[in-house]
Amino acid sequence: MSYTLIGKHEKDSRANRDGYVSAMLELMEQDSSMVHIDCDLMGCINTGKLQKAFPNQTFNAGIAEQNAMGVAAGMAATGLKVFIHSFGCFAARRAFDQAFLSAGYSRLPVHVIGSDPGVCAAFNGATHMPFEDCALYMTVPNAIVIDSCDYAQTYALTKQLAKQPEISYMRLIRKGFTTVYADGSDFEIGKGVTLRDGTDVTIIASGILVDEALKAEEALAAKGVSARVIDMHTWKPLDEELVIKAARETGAIVTAENHQVSCGLGSAVANVLVENCLVPQERVGIQNRFGQVGPQDFLMKEYNLTAEDIVAAAEKAIARKA
Amino acid sequence: MDKKQKMQELRVFAAEIRLETLKVIASRGFGHVGGSMSMADAMAVLYGEVMNIDPKNPRWEDRDWFVLSKGHGGPVMYATLGLKGYYPMESAYTLNQPNTKFPSHTDRTMTPGVDLTTGSLGQGMSEAVGAALGNKIQGKSSHVFVAIGDGEADEGEIWEAAQFAAHYQLDNLICLVDDNKRQLDGAVADVMSHGKGIGAKFDAFGWDVINVEDGNDVEQIYDAVQEAYKTKNKPIALILNTKKGKGATFAEPSGAHSSQPTQEQWDEAIAAAEAALAEIRGK
Repeated sequence: MSYTLIGKHEKDSRANRDGYVSAMLELMEQDSSMVHIDCDLMGCINTGKLQKAFPNQTFNAGIAEQNAMGVAAGMAATGLKVFIHSFGCFAARRAFDQAFLSAGYSRLPVHVIGSDPGVCAAFNGATHMPFEDCALYMTVPNAIVIDSCDYAQTYALTKQLAKQPEISYMRLIRKGFTTVYADGSDFEIGKGVTLRDGTDVTIIASGILVDEALKAEEALAAKGVSARVIDMHTWKPLDEELVIKAARETGAIVTAENHQVSCGLGSAVANVLVENCLVPQERVGIQNRFGQVGPQDFLMKEYNLTAEDIVAAAEKAIARKA
Repeated sequence: MDKKQKMQELRVFAAEIRLETLKVIASRGFGHVGGSMSMADAMAVLYGEVMNIDPKNPRWEDRDWFVLSKGHGGPVMYATLGLKGYYPMESAYTLNQPNTKFPSHTDRTMTPGVDLTTGSLGQGMSEAVGAALGNKIQGKSSHVFVAIGDGEADEGEIWEAAQFAAHYQLDNLICLVDDNKRQLDGAVADVMSHGKGIGAKFDAFGWDVINVEDGNDVEQIYDAVQEAYKTKNKPIALILNTKKGKGATFAEPSGAHSSQPTQEQWDEAIAAAEAALAEIRGK
């Protein structure tokens, strides 16, 4: 695992989805057993490029996610390595029984890509805004669950997922968001990345909250508070060792996620703290609410997903230290 | 071997499957007798003659596949695979006991010869479609057979899978519809009817449809499969007009979905199945 942090809070010039597509183009070229299935959303994540380059490895299942998931499992049983995409809301909620049984319980390598996670669904609104997609997949024994943050990370983790023998779910931010990492950065599934070291509090974030966490660290530093920042791209299996170390060394934890805190990263971290090292924890994320329509920056403020919210949570967690 | 002899062998095999299916379920005293027994003749044709398989190498990559999408029919599959030598027949008598390899619904991770996991109705159909597409793009000439129930055809996933299979012209996929007219809560016609009929639905989805007047007659099933092999660029549905509980003395009259008969009734049913086997062997 070697990575280069850019972290200048600049908008990525590339669409994040192209991190996935670039990795898949290379994987399909190298291995004819790599397959992509889409559900009439190729136009949304540019997988038309895969269909053009590898028509025998790319299939459109139409607007029928439940069947698509079952087809993915059946194809995987014949020795293929199958990626399947829909919007996160449908890839999780709509096709969940199929994901759980046909793929997960059947121990088949089906890799589910859920695009437009949480507030990234923006103008598609509440019906398309999954705050619970990871929660569903985290209930599948052995499943890998990932919330990727940018182009470079999506590219690298797609390559890693292709080697996994059982089901996985990865959230995919569709558009260009913020560049966190330089191209060529590499990551290991299940290993968090300590982006900034610190001693007073640890911010554990993923996805679109990673850049907010970096901004929060800078704001806290200006106030004389030393914050550690961890990019916890893999929610399951969680890097428990890194969580416990952070709790022991900084004595306070803030989690930050684009998902319900009661059944996501915040709760996964809380489970580890309760059993191993009980320290104050504050959870930034969705607090038992449904989604709504609007621009992403509005939604991030509306649901308290900004650097300012992380700073406030960090100060509260530090104040709670015994 | 001429066809007459071949059909006689299949009749014997079907009677053996019926007897073993009853014994497998009797080992627990209760289970899905109805939908297992209606499938016995189709299983005899597939595993006795039609399918290209190797019981000593269940995952042989060029094999024909079978998916029991109506997964609750597990016992008829366990009886069939046991008789074919995938495992000793007696091991299937551990049905549903702790740590068994023979669970109520068929499971690819447990039982040798089970290609895909089923149980949540509708899912086996999509899995079978995926297997047919997967095999096809890997250049295999094998077939995938999938068995669904007429009750199971209530599931929307069946029809999502049907449109996908027709769109991708999966002529290596043959769907056997166990049209036994009964589902758990009663007659299909009363619980949830099928409009113009299941065959008409498959036809509307772009499949070739072959009606098998007596779906418990091995020769009619065999002929239908041979006919299905001639179809190009379309998946094929065989509508098997069957009797739920066929050959189980306590289940056939009522067409029950699951049964928990008394020991006396079990003894009577097994004796009747043994007598039926002896009679067919004597022909």
